Amino acid sequence: MTLQSMAPPVGARPPAALTMAAALNAAIQDSMRDDPTVVLFGEDVGPLGGVFRVTDGLYAEFGETRVSDSPLAESGIVGTAIGMAIYGLRPVVEMQFDAFSYPAFEQIVSHLAKMRNRTRGRISLPIVIRIPYAGDIGGVEHHSDSSEAYWTATPGLTVVSPSNPADAYSMLREAIASDDPVIFMEPKSRYWMKAELALPVQTAPMNTAVVLREGTDVTLIAYGPTVKTALATAELATAEGLSIEVIDLRSLSPFDDATVGASLRKTSRAAVVHEAAQFGGYGAEVAARLTERNFFHLAAPILRITGFDIPYPSPKLEEYFLPTPDRILAALGTWEWS
Amino acid sequence: MSLNVETPIVSTASAPQPLRLIDDTGHAVTDDAGGFTLPDADTLLGLYRQMVVARRFDVQVTALTRQGRLATYPSALGQEACEIAAVASLAPGDWLFPTYRDSIALLTRGVKPEDILASFRGEWHSGYDQYEHRIAPQATPLATQALHAVGLATASKLKRDSTVALALLGDGATSEGDAHEAFNFAAVWQAPVVFVVQNNQFAISVPLDKQMHCRTIADKAIGYGMPGFYVDGNDVAAMYAVTSAAVERARTGGGPTLVEGLTYRMEAHTNSDDPSRYRTAGDVEVWRRRDPIERLETYLVSIGALDDRVQASIREEAEDLAAATRECMTRPVQVDPLELFDHVYASPRPALAEQRAFLSAELAEHAALADQASATPSSSTTPPSSTTHSSSTTHSSSTTHSGAHA
Ligand SMILES: Cc1ncc(C[n+]2csc(CCOP(=O)(O)OP(=O)(O)O)c2C)c(N)n1
Ligand SMILES: [Mg+2]
Repeated sequence: MTLQSMAPPVGARPPAALTMAAALNAAIQDSMRDDPTVVLFGEDVGPLGGVFRVTDGLYAEFGETRVSDSPLAESGIVGTAIGMAIYGLRPVVEMQFDAFSYPAFEQIVSHLAKMRNRTRGRISLPIVIRIPYAGDIGGVEHHSDSSEAYWTATPGLTVVSPSNPADAYSMLREAIASDDPVIFMEPKSRYWMKAELALPVQTAPMNTAVVLREGTDVTLIAYGPTVKTALATAELATAEGLSIEVIDLRSLSPFDDATVGASLRKTSRAAVVHEAAQFGGYGAEVAARLTERNFFHLAAPILRITGFDIPYPSPKLEEYFLPTPDRILAALGTWEWS
Repeated sequence: MSLNVETPIVSTASAPQPLRLIDDTGHAVTDDAGGFTLPDADTLLGLYRQMVVARRFDVQVTALTRQGRLATYPSALGQEACEIAAVASLAPGDWLFPTYRDSIALLTRGVKPEDILASFRGEWHSGYDQYEHRIAPQATPLATQALHAVGLATASKLKRDSTVALALLGDGATSEGDAHEAFNFAAVWQAPVVFVVQNNQFAISVPLDKQMHCRTIADKAIGYGMPGFYVDGNDVAAMYAVTSAAVERARTGGGPTLVEGLTYRMEAHTNSDDPSRYRTAGDVEVWRRRDPIERLETYLVSIGALDDRVQASIREEAEDLAAATRECMTRPVQVDPLELFDHVYASPRPALAEQRAFLSAELAEHAALADQASATPSSSTTPPSSTTHSSSTTHSSSTTHSGAHA
């Protein structure tokens, strides 16, 4: 097949209020315009534009050769993307929902993650797997999983999660350009969040954390869906005279030790917030590595405010499961403050 | 009649005709229908009654979903013949493995509306007693339930029981690896299982020609060494004749069968789908004229098995069910947040008990604050979250909260 960029080159766009879904859409569109080797496929990503409309209009612009609805099989999607990447394409594929990525587990863990190492660096797999994840959208079962720890526990994968439209655009472009496979985790509950953006935007590098709000008493570490919760907590805490610094991790693997460590050494207290269950969750890694590296700067143990250690609940019960500002503040209240 | 693997249902090289016993104008088919014969009038009338009642339920639930009473509802409108024939083919002791699409199959098997809808309403993931009804939880991860059906059927065989398992699948789901593994396991183990694939021609927006490059789904059965039948899925007579023969074949040691019912999804995939993006009203209209209920009705009237009086009684039954469904769906949902911890493990875990105690204390605290707020109207303007924490540095009730979860 010949892959030619038929579309006009990427130019600056006028500022507009963009949802995260629209920013992701623009990132794929611009990457495809810039690089004719980028191809997109998955379930319902063609004429429908994806169930969250992240791929809206791309089928119309790039046609069947570069944008296609695949058979309904996640292992097949990732496995064929691997073959395409070996032959020089840059596939961007979608898992329709977090829990529906599990049939692809073997291809991701045994092949996508390991190929470069197995082949002594000869084969690169520049593949992006987009996964809408996490809850808080009133979804019925299997539509709200936070599966990040499965991927972060797998050496060879880069795992990132934007929390806002600007990062969504910038990080997805960087992910598509990356020669390493990237698990790109999109927080569903933030798809409709809007920001005024003049694309193309470039935010901090994809593999770095950013301090979203400065504070002096506590470092609150969040990513994806819980960044909003962390910011709301910091706002509430002001009324109580507590100054919270909020870090948006953005990249789960690699972990930005420098940025997070610096914040922790300043505040001497940290807590990590995620939707996923606590036991063996990503927060355990955050707490452990921060403790190992900063033990003598710590005034208190690092806390994890997370979902309970249970399967994600039904819509009418999810409010009791999700970490709230209330729960975070209560947790911070368990520390001895002197 | 017998199902014979050596006589596959289709003989033409392309565009096979689905097996049918009543055509879409409501006339009995006179040509040879693969040895299958029309069920008797009483059976057909019973199937008709169940289809009418099921449709009324489905339409009612779709309406309630539009009103926001349910989180989601995947409608089976237009697929009643497949759904009802599958259930009618089973003996009470047999097992059904349904998907999210198959709520009307559950209804027809006797599950109460509120128990079917508990999941779609967001109360709990599966709201009925699976052992009482012999119905597995409705599966959302596609094709996974087909393997469970094969396993249960194999267990039945190992125990020398006569229980048969029937798995419902969608056309799109047959692309999943699990579907192929299920077909193969079933054939290799000669499991007493029947796969009923409802080919409603779409997997959300994706038409079947994007899923597969062969003529029919039924053809695939040949590759696994089991019989496959390509059936008009809007002809309940044919669906019932073929499926019940397959169930009996499984029961008597004949092994698995794949039945493909060619039908059409008349509604959107779910209420959050927008079908105008991938099909036209004209496409749908073609299938409206092949309605499974209308054609059976025409046939039953023509043979004198259905008159106004019977019609009226069926309509009354359907309306009563719709009213009962409306009534139970307008009652407020009852959930107990503490139940979240009760069913995760068979052996209780201290860590979960701690988390349960944490939530219990949090709920009590919120309830106390709510009482306080209603007792002193002036404070009700204070946001609850800030009243919860007068000062995080001196937060005392936190001692009741489990550090393990905080
Ligand atoms: C493993 C898996 N992948 C993706 C999905 C998302 N999904 C839900 S329904 C559906 C389409 C299924 O089509 P089909 O099997 O034809 O059944 P229908 O909905 O038409 O009854 C998809 C892709 C899922 N539920 N499970
Ligand atoms: Mg379908």
